[in-house]
Amino acid sequence: MIPASFDYLAPTSVDEALAALAEHGDDAKVLAGGQSLLPILRMRLNAPETVVDLGRIEALRGIRDGGDHIAIGSMTAYSDIVASDLVREHAALLVKAVETVADPQIRHRGTVGGAIVHADPAGDVGAPILALDATMVIAGSGGERTVPATEFFRDLFETAVEDGELLTEIRIPKHTGWGAAYEKFVRVAHQWSIVAVAATVRVEGGSIAEAKVGLTNMGNTPLRASAVEQALVGSSADALADACGAAAEGTNPPSDLNGDADYRRHLATVLTRRAVQKAMEG
Amino acid sequence: MTAVDDRPTTEVGKDRRRKEDQRLITGRTRWTDNIQLPGMLHLAMVRSPFAHAKILSIGTDEAKAAPGVHAVFTGADLADSQGVNINAWPITPDQVTPTHLPVPSERVAHTGEIVAVVVARSAALARDAAELVDVDYEELPAVLDLKEAMKDEVLAHPDAGTNKSAFWQLDSKAAGTGGDVEEAIAKARQDGIVIEREYRQQRLVPAFMEPRSTVVDPTGEQVVIWSATQVPHILRFAIAATMGIPESKVRVIAPDVGGGFGGKLQTTPEEFATIAIARKLGKPCKYTETRSETMVSAHHGRDQWQKMTLAAEKDGTVTALKVDLLADLGAYVAIVGGGVPVLGAWMFNSIYKFPAYQFNCQTVLTNKTWVDAYRGAGRPEATYAIERIMDELAAEVGVDPIAIREKNWITHDEFPFTTVAGMTYDSGNYEAATAKALELFGYDELRAEQKRRRESGDTVQLGLGVSTFTEMCGLAPSRVLGSLSYGAGGWESASIRMLATGTVEVVSGATPHGQGHETAWSQIVADRLGIPFENVEVLHGDTQIAPKGLDTYGSRSLVVGGEALVRAADKVIEKAKPIAAHLLEASVDDLEFEAGQFTVKGTDKGIGITDIALATFAAHNLPDGVEPSIDADATFDPVDFSFPHGTHLCAMEVDTETGQSTMRKYVCVDDIGTIINPLIVEGQIHGGLVQGIAQALWEGAEYDEQGTLVSGSFVDYTLPTAADTINYVSEHTVSPSTTNTLGTKGVGEAGTIASTPAVVNAIVDALRPMGIDDIQMPCTPERVWKAIRTAGAQQDKAPTADAQAHFGEGAPNQDPAAGTTDGAAQ
Ligand SMILES: Cc1cc2nc3c(=O)[nH]c(=O)nc-3n(C[C@H](O)[C@H](O)[C@H](O)COP(=O)(O)OP(=O)(O)OC[C@H]3O[C@@H](n4cnc5c(N)ncnc54)[C@H](O)[C@@H]3O)c2cc1C
Repeated sequence: MIPASFDYLAPTSVDEALAALAEHGDDAKVLAGGQSLLPILRMRLNAPETVVDLGRIEALRGIRDGGDHIAIGSMTAYSDIVASDLVREHAALLVKAVETVADPQIRHRGTVGGAIVHADPAGDVGAPILALDATMVIAGSGGERTVPATEFFRDLFETAVEDGELLTEIRIPKHTGWGAAYEKFVRVAHQWSIVAVAATVRVEGGSIAEAKVGLTNMGNTPLRASAVEQALVGSSADALADACGAAAEGTNPPSDLNGDADYRRHLATVLTRRAVQKAMEG
Repeated sequence: MTAVDDRPTTEVGKDRRRKEDQRLITGRTRWTDNIQLPGMLHLAMVRSPFAHAKILSIGTDEAKAAPGVHAVFTGADLADSQGVNINAWPITPDQVTPTHLPVPSERVAHTGEIVAVVVARSAALARDAAELVDVDYEELPAVLDLKEAMKDEVLAHPDAGTNKSAFWQLDSKAAGTGGDVEEAIAKARQDGIVIEREYRQQRLVPAFMEPRSTVVDPTGEQVVIWSATQVPHILRFAIAATMGIPESKVRVIAPDVGGGFGGKLQTTPEEFATIAIARKLGKPCKYTETRSETMVSAHHGRDQWQKMTLAAEKDGTVTALKVDLLADLGAYVAIVGGGVPVLGAWMFNSIYKFPAYQFNCQTVLTNKTWVDAYRGAGRPEATYAIERIMDELAAEVGVDPIAIREKNWITHDEFPFTTVAGMTYDSGNYEAATAKALELFGYDELRAEQKRRRESGDTVQLGLGVSTFTEMCGLAPSRVLGSLSYGAGGWESASIRMLATGTVEVVSGATPHGQGHETAWSQIVADRLGIPFENVEVLHGDTQIAPKGLDTYGSRSLVVGGEALVRAADKVIEKAKPIAAHLLEASVDDLEFEAGQFTVKGTDKGIGITDIALATFAAHNLPDGVEPSIDADATFDPVDFSFPHGTHLCAMEVDTETGQSTMRKYVCVDDIGTIINPLIVEGQIHGGLVQGIAQALWEGAEYDEQGTLVSGSFVDYTLPTAADTINYVSEHTVSPSTTNTLGTKGVGEAGTIASTPAVVNAIVDALRPMGIDDIQMPCTPERVWKAIRTAGAQQDKAPTADAQAHFGEGAPNQDPAAGTTDGAAQ
């Protein structure tokens, strides 16, 4: 399909990009990997007058060791996450989730930052980001601010990033040595998550010392299954079912062609158990 | 150049790589959308967002004033010049067939119907301006559900007075091909078994790879139309018949076409509109649809309710089959829309010896996208229902599904066999195919594993599914088609042109859109004429080059068109013979033709057929009275269909915690007669299997209560990819067909026809101990899980699962909770 015509800007620095956004206000849209924005434009669900492409801002790309955390530039492609030993070592959960996104072509183009700002409740990056207690760095005309993941996702397709602002970096506290698993439930391989569960655990002496569990597509935003996390502490691998039974508590999943809310709640409990089990195995 | 004598004469049977693949796979070819003509204009369609609405007014001023726009046309502007979409197969004389204008001016009857067309300098400008066309609609009540439509409370076309388009029956007693169905069923109710089931064939989208596209050049003496179509010859006929253009002034070209699966055998509103507008403007015009437009505008497939009543003796010997079909036509009766479900009439009885049979088919209009042929067309539906219910019979009798089939199928020594539906199956061997499939599958071991899993209460259960199918294909006998009021014949044509320099042009009236005709046809001609495979060029798809043809659908190209080719080749040899005799100074009677050489019996004198081609071209030394041409044409009209068959076995693992079904193993042994190219056959089987499996597990076109196609993109229409499939084991038995000299049967649809019930039978087999006897397609994890949950709850109350349930108050006897979108949304 053919999008409505728009002006195209390709700044090479964050300041330049912010200036462009300030100038064009509401009429401008930021382009990252384009894997969500372009379909929207092509289906004419949105018709911005100006598109500001972040693709040439080198500063937004890359993964670095920040000491107690790893810092991921918002324009880092999924494929770079999958290839990164640093992320694999300190935030394995993110790698496991990102590996399940769409297909290799899309993982080559799509960015972690784009996915987080797009905030599709069925997207696979939100739940691990939330579970890993990440912090988002947002740049605006007034400077930089940081927002914890718990406050970042506000609603369907809505985040703490305001008009005129850019997500520049994602900081993930190191979860070195934690086991991780992402259980994504789909009907066909290239599908978005019907439900998915992101689980990462620290195991001590055969039982869980700490657990973090995030849920994908169980509400308008990614969710933390805090009750499960607490119940899991002290559990061994053969006694997970009870603790995971509460996974769907307080969730508000959608109903669609892939399943109604009831079915999704059921899936959440099964997938949580499986994810935690796998996470304990490594 | 002479034919190379030492070449193997058996091209047929060789797994030749396809000649056409390089250009098709790289896309460096003439897809319709790649065609650019000087001064060409581009079209964009304005489509109805409503399922049923009156068009009150259309404001086009703003669009007309937009940059680059040449014109905006409404239905009123096009009026009589736009032709009409044809229905070529009225199944009854009184069939209700609403007029289907390409661009209606008063009322739209489904979402996606065209109400205006914008013409601009570029496709982008046309699209921009299309957004500016202001259509004022008055919404009308829409009827969406097939069963609701039967009540005639809300009408898809108020003027028609009813939604019921036509009723068609085949009754074995009336036809003299068998006994009285009602009597047999009544008897079985007394002392035998009666199984009643209602199955749902969901709506499917053919989802060909290349979106449809049409380019029209009206500037020459002939109007030239390029279109991504399966049926250039039929399109030409339809244009001449409905647009007032003499047929001789119309040239239709189907260049390389990227798939169809039946979805491109339509003559479409888009084609007619593009032709009408190009002629009005006197300028070349192009229209290429977007994928979203394909989804709502190109015809859909299947969409039936199938009520089955099967009677049998206590031991499982079948005594009668009664079928009551409700078939959704969508908003209009498409080119063969009414006929597709009727094709099931000869197929529901399948390979079994039913003494009595009745087939009833009611076609129904609704306010949804029109429905027509989709890979298998009528036969997958029939095969599904019969293969599903034979499993139910096996369960009722308490025997293995294979045993119930063995008890009832036609045995190999009974061929040719005239069925209760009046078809004569010429050849086949169901025992042999089944034996081979069982062995390849490891049936007994898998049954043992199933038992172990059941006993241990494994959360992952194993199910085995059987489908012993047959089909009728190779459309085909013109006389039969005539007796069914089909608007055309079923012959096919071929020409062979022997060029002076030793190469050969083969012209085929069958029009491929990815099947590999160029390769297979080359192999046949190479063998027949004894010339190198590489020296054969196959031409097709242009009514100026291949003036006669009935195109490609219904697994017909090889069995009908291939035979035409053989006959044309034989004529070439016959025409060359007197010339050879003359040049060899021998008598015609003393000549033999083998491997491209005419030789004089008992001597070493000989001459190659390509030498004769050169001598004929020169025409310096021909026998008296012989025309200087050895080219030949042939048109073949078979006396009967061909009847491929096969045994397909499928093992599915069902995760009872999530309802997810995963394929473990798939084995098929197909009997498609003589195989021309095993590689092409393998490709057809694989692709066919995936499409059939997709119906069982993944695909479904779903509407909401407003009549909007919810699964209107590939995000929601879950088309599988290679990542969702496993390696299939595909083998063959060979019972040559007797209706063509090559001995071939069709294979284009076999995989799709056979695989769907194999998969669902496997899932039901896994769950049967829980009291589950059906899952509605697509068997989504949610449906499976809900069936398990409901069955569990019911089992606590009443532990016996009775396969012999009878129809309740019109209720389908499947778990109503087992689908999220029953009722209106279907
Ligand atoms: C066929 C297909 C299948 C897919 N399947 C999946 C899947 O299974 N799971 C999944 O999680 N995702 C899936 N996706 C979506 C994919 O993950 C997208 O890449 C992602 O949602 C958006 O990332 P992007 O870099 O492409 O962002 P874009 O599409 O470029 O942008 C998305 C939105 O975020 C805004 N934005 C982007 N970057 C910034 C920034 N730095 N600051 C402020 N705003 C910004 C844009 O303005 C836009 O509104 C799929 C996409 C496609 C096309």
